[in-house]
Amino acid sequence: MKTLRQVNVGDTAKVVKLHGEGAVKRRIMDMGITKGVEVYVRKVAPLGDPIEVTVRGYELSIRKADAEMIEIV
Amino acid sequence: MEKKEGKLKKHDGVTITDLPGIYSLSPYTLEEVVARNYLIHERPDAILNIIDGTNLERNLYLTTQLTELGIPVVVAINMMDVVKKNGDRINIEELSKALGCKVAEISALKGTGIMEAAEMAIDAAQNGKTVPMHTFSGAVEHAIAHIEEAAVHNKPEEQQRWYAIKIFERDDKVLEQVGLDAATLSHIEADIKAAEEELDDDAESIITNERYVYIGELIKRCYRKKSAGKLSASDKIDRVVTNRWLGLPIFAAVMFLVYYVAMITVGAAATDWANDGLFGDGWHLFGIGTAAYEETSDEYTAAMQAAGAFTGLDAEAEDFDGAAALAELKAFVPAADSAVVGVEDEETLAINELTAYYDVIPEDADEEATVPVTYLEAVNYLEENGFEEPDPADFGVWIPGIPVLIGNGLEAAGAADWLSGLINDGIVAGVGAVLGFVPQMLVLFLLLAFLESCGYMARIAFVLDRVFRKFGLSGKSFIPMLIGTGCGVPGIMASRTIENERDRRMTIMTTTFIPCGAKVPFIAMIAGAIFGGSAWVATSAYFIGMAAIILSGIMLKKTKMFSGDPAPFVMELPAYHWPTAGNVLRSMWERGWSFIKKAGTIILLSTIVVWFTTYFGFVDGTFRMLSEEEIDCSILAAVGGVIAWIFKPLGWGNWQAAVASITGLVAKENIVGTMGILYGGGDGTVYQTLAAAFTGITGYSFLVFNLLCAPCFAAIGAIRREMNSARWTWFAIGYQCLFAYAISLMIYQFGSVFTGGMNVIGLIAAAAVLAAMLYMLFRPYKEAATLTRKVQKS
Repeated sequence: MKTLRQVNVGDTAKVVKLHGEGAVKRRIMDMGITKGVEVYVRKVAPLGDPIEVTVRGYELSIRKADAEMIEIV
Repeated sequence: MEKKEGKLKKHDGVTITDLPGIYSLSPYTLEEVVARNYLIHERPDAILNIIDGTNLERNLYLTTQLTELGIPVVVAINMMDVVKKNGDRINIEELSKALGCKVAEISALKGTGIMEAAEMAIDAAQNGKTVPMHTFSGAVEHAIAHIEEAAVHNKPEEQQRWYAIKIFERDDKVLEQVGLDAATLSHIEADIKAAEEELDDDAESIITNERYVYIGELIKRCYRKKSAGKLSASDKIDRVVTNRWLGLPIFAAVMFLVYYVAMITVGAAATDWANDGLFGDGWHLFGIGTAAYEETSDEYTAAMQAAGAFTGLDAEAEDFDGAAALAELKAFVPAADSAVVGVEDEETLAINELTAYYDVIPEDADEEATVPVTYLEAVNYLEENGFEEPDPADFGVWIPGIPVLIGNGLEAAGAADWLSGLINDGIVAGVGAVLGFVPQMLVLFLLLAFLESCGYMARIAFVLDRVFRKFGLSGKSFIPMLIGTGCGVPGIMASRTIENERDRRMTIMTTTFIPCGAKVPFIAMIAGAIFGGSAWVATSAYFIGMAAIILSGIMLKKTKMFSGDPAPFVMELPAYHWPTAGNVLRSMWERGWSFIKKAGTIILLSTIVVWFTTYFGFVDGTFRMLSEEEIDCSILAAVGGVIAWIFKPLGWGNWQAAVASITGLVAKENIVGTMGILYGGGDGTVYQTLAAAFTGITGYSFLVFNLLCAPCFAAIGAIRREMNSARWTWFAIGYQCLFAYAISLMIYQFGSVFTGGMNVIGLIAAAAVLAAMLYMLFRPYKEAATLTRKVQKS
């Protein structure tokens, strides 16, 4: 399974499925990362975590541990 | 969590309630639960949903949820000026049709369309009706229809759909509220399961997905973006500001600037003026005369030091006679060409030795340790100017401070000693303690408001998240802690920028562990008196402060008080933009004012109480007011004597140390003054007496306790203000005292093992505390997945 965590900076990936449950999953989806959406990985924070992505035309910061729950192709 | 209420201008009887900014109506975050409880329980007449036009897609997601509530909705698209400037187009009519509610265009920045939007909302409240236009896929609609029929048919018709969707999502808060019986539940569950199987996802995700699918189509119809793929100004700024390599240096530079401006330059000048000028002796208008006064004052001080070094001259003696003293000075014949004088440091009460020379200061003299004038120059100066200390009122335009004015007024009116004491030392000093912080705070709030509204604050959290989340804190906790090294009060107030309530509370509780500016003289006193001025005492104080934050963060985040509030760090990074002056100033003023209003009472009352207990007591069987030197007869001393045993296990169970700790609550720098009175007056200097009264271990234990325990009343007032809850304030203060006690206990008991004088019971207690702490640090912990903390019904 490939996840958002493994996407290189500057690449775009398409979301296939969201794993996990509860607050974190719902929050990720509420912020617009849902099945089928394209996510562009903009950069990694200076200390290596979290990452910044562009989704639905805006910027979002997400921790690598949470990015692991997002399955992509 | 705060809702703000206000009246709409020019419309009587219209109340506007500002709910916390939210992304969704999920049951997981506190903001969202507070907002949605308000909407479903209070049922406002209309909802004005303000959304960001430059970020339409994500913003409409909440709109699709609001339109289901059965409350008339008006959507106001904000930042239309930016949308138009970018050349983008929004088809308002089409959007309105697709959402089932009215849509207005506004720009909060330019102030356009706002009144029209408010009037549309009033109109909607009177005649409007919002019917959600979006539908879910067949299987979901089928299940929702069943739920409406089986579970919520007793609800008003317009609310049924919202409840049914929430039940379909298995929203625990709504299920609890509706309270379905087992039979209905299992019947509904079958429908939900069928939909989940058909669509291969869980119910909650299905709903979220389908909302976004609907919005995606809607955006295609209603929104035309002009430029695609071109880097905006915000993108260019962000490339530099959070760059992998430049991110941290830029962050350090910004933090340095904030601290430098707020705490050192403008802030310190403003605080000095407020404390020493307005609420002190007085000040020079526009600083006219300050330089001339300081020069003269320095000359006078140096002359007195030089004369005092050789002859022991004491101009403050009661039988002092200027003419005789001058004759004596002139006739004096020195035995050596230099002499030493001890000069007391006002802040730390340390005695510094300075060398004075008789006629010539040698060129290789150490400037720091030399009186800048010779004896002969000093005698000349005193002959010319007399022995009277220069008065700042004689220079420039002098404006006396409020205590001076009030003191004079009271004297003229012939007020009793206790009354003028109460008014000046109790009330005015208390008000001064409140207002003294305000100028500095306003400067700080101005900077914070700027950082917040320009978009950098969110980047601070982005840059520092990795470090701080381990301790249950947010990256934004850095600023309160940085400011806290100067003063804990603005530090605590700076925690307002942290949206997440759990992170904010944790920051408020731990910020004052960092030694603030007022604790520095106290640290210097302990270091000087007991540790021979060793530099590691001050250094270790900062490390202990940081360690206290880290340990507390790890322990507290696992406690019941904190663990029931999930804090997913999925955060929007808003586009950079230039903030408006009005917004920044309003935010600055609101925060400053709320400090005065909410923190002021506590600070004032406690200052008065401590003043009373310090200056009143029984002397020889009669209750009367005391002079400053008689503090050992005061009520406070009696209280200190009663509670001193509490500190026995820490190694300093005497009433003097207990009293000093209590006066430290008024302001931490008071500890030095109190110790000066309580340990002074004997044969030796204060430092010698202190060195005799404390050992290295007990002195360090005393220092650490006072660094970590409850902060000063001003900071407690700020905690009360920011926690906005008496229970949480007590929890914070109680935790700080307990933590301070535990650490000091361990320092003393374990320290005693190495220095002899080990106490078995004490050692067992300290070992038990250590074990308990280690357990709390390392016990397993899992981040909560649901919000279990009770949310108060608005």
